Amino acid sequence: MDFGAFAAIGAGLAAIGAGIGIGNIGGSAMEAIARQPEATSKIQTNMIIAAALIEGVALFAVVVALMK
Amino acid sequence: MDLVTPGFGLIFWTSVVFIILMLLLKKMAWTPILNNVDARNKSIEEALVAAENARDEMSNLKADNERILKEARAERDEMLKEARDIKANIVSDAKNSAKEEADKIIASAKAVIENEKTAAISELKNSVGALSVEIAEKVLKAELKDSDKQNAYIAEMLKDVKLN
Amino acid sequence: MKKLLREVIFSIVVLLSCVNAKAAEKEHNNNNNNEEEFNSVEMIMHHISDAHDFHFFDYTDEAGVKHAVSLPLPIILFTDNGLTCFMSCAFHHNDDGTYVVSKNGENFVKYHEKIYQLNEGASSLEFDEHHHPLNAVKPIDISITKNVFSMLLSVVLLLSLFGAAGRSARKNPGAPKGILAFLEPIVVFIREDIIIPNVGEKKHKKYIPYLVTVFFFIFFNNLLGLIPSGANLTGNIAVTLVLSVFTLLITNFSANKDYWKHIFLPPVPKALYPIMVPIEIIGILTKPFALMIRLFANITAGHIIILSLISLIFVFKSIFIAPVSVGFVLFMYTLELLVALLQAYIFTLLSALFIGQAIQEHH
Repeated sequence: MDFGAFAAIGAGLAAIGAGIGIGNIGGSAMEAIARQPEATSKIQTNMIIAAALIEGVALFAVVVALMK
Repeated sequence: MDLVTPGFGLIFWTSVVFIILMLLLKKMAWTPILNNVDARNKSIEEALVAAENARDEMSNLKADNERILKEARAERDEMLKEARDIKANIVSDAKNSAKEEADKIIASAKAVIENEKTAAISELKNSVGALSVEIAEKVLKAELKDSDKQNAYIAEMLKDVKLN
Repeated sequence: MKKLLREVIFSIVVLLSCVNAKAAEKEHNNNNNNEEEFNSVEMIMHHISDAHDFHFFDYTDEAGVKHAVSLPLPIILFTDNGLTCFMSCAFHHNDDGTYVVSKNGENFVKYHEKIYQLNEGASSLEFDEHHHPLNAVKPIDISITKNVFSMLLSVVLLLSLFGAAGRSARKNPGAPKGILAFLEPIVVFIREDIIIPNVGEKKHKKYIPYLVTVFFFIFFNNLLGLIPSGANLTGNIAVTLVLSVFTLLITNFSANKDYWKHIFLPPVPKALYPIMVPIEIIGILTKPFALMIRLFANITAGHIIILSLISLIFVFKSIFIAPVSVGFVLFMYTLELLVALLQAYIFTLLSALFIGQAIQEHH
């Protein structure tokens, strides 16, 4: 199916976006932890939540790619 | 597309199974487990409060004890001091009275001695005076008669005196 | 534990009884046919899709006959004539709609793990160009499929584990012992760290059963899905759909005035209402929809990656690719263990968050 190639490209683009997003979150979280080590657990929880939300968006793309 | 098309059978079974599972687990697990946790938390809290109370009471008791001890010690000190004072008083009183008595005794003894001495002296004086008068009388008597007789008399008198 | 053991023994007995019956059907007589082209997409799709029997592995005996070792599962169908039940081994592993099973005067075929009821007179399934069956209808299928079986297995596991923990909690109050000592901190963690901060101290009690159950249900099924040849239950959109619909229903049925006011009378200029209100209404649905897709896609993606890495060995037809492949699979497996926990946590957390948003008092 020719469409499959486009789907794969789409999934790849989504992965790039999610990668950038999660990278940003991780970086900011690290900075925040370095600045306030006593708030580590709270920052981590929020980081995971935010990462999961972004991942969810990326996975929407994967699902769209699966919908051939 | 198959992947993202939910199948009816699984929807049905998941709903049924999940609801039953939730009800069963609620009854079998979550309620007893969380009740247990809550009861434990409560008992720990109560135990902590009780411990706090006991500690307060303990410290109160300790303070009380200390106070009582202090009072007792002060009382003892007071009593000891009093006793010491009393003792000192008694001793000094005794000393004083003894001294007085002794002084009195000594004074009276001195007086008696003085009296006796005076009496003895006066008696001695009297007897010496009388003796002197007697001797003088006898001497005079003998001298007045003759010399021989006087001599004899004197000798005799002397003999008497010696005998005396 | 005894219950579980009994179930396993029962399954083995059923499995052995069915192995011989189906052996003759899957015939690939000569060795040339065994060298069929390896289709990784087909293999992966087969593994992550639902099936009507629990397929473990195939083996070829000395005579070159291919045998499938699988656990047959009951098929339950609602047709126009009512309920029809039979075991899946009746199809003898035929999956292309050519083997007809007759029950109560109705003829059934299985095509790509879907059951079709053939019309009168038809002997095999035929499709038009849009892939609609020409001579058959789909009956309502509530079979105990691989996924349902796996779900029931997880239920048995959950009930035996937490039942034991609950009994232990009831029997000796005080310090937890045994299995309770292990499970209680997790339950308490969910309550103290997920439910109470998000739902609020005051009203959280009502939502504990749902949220704690959903956590352990997802977590156990994620882990069961990671067992090789296990079912991909939480990576099935029907399951995640049901769970997210529960969240949707609980959220909206417990929502207070402020929540509805925020949707129908949002704090924006009145001119924007025609745009904002539909967006808010769609927003009600997108949140659980995201929950559904997130869990489904995470778990399915994990399975696909692991299976793709394994497929590399067969795509390159080389034993030397195996160490690389196995290394990566090991890494992915470790990651998937984390994901299994994380997704259960996220699902519970976001459900709690949505419920909390719906019931919180605005100041």
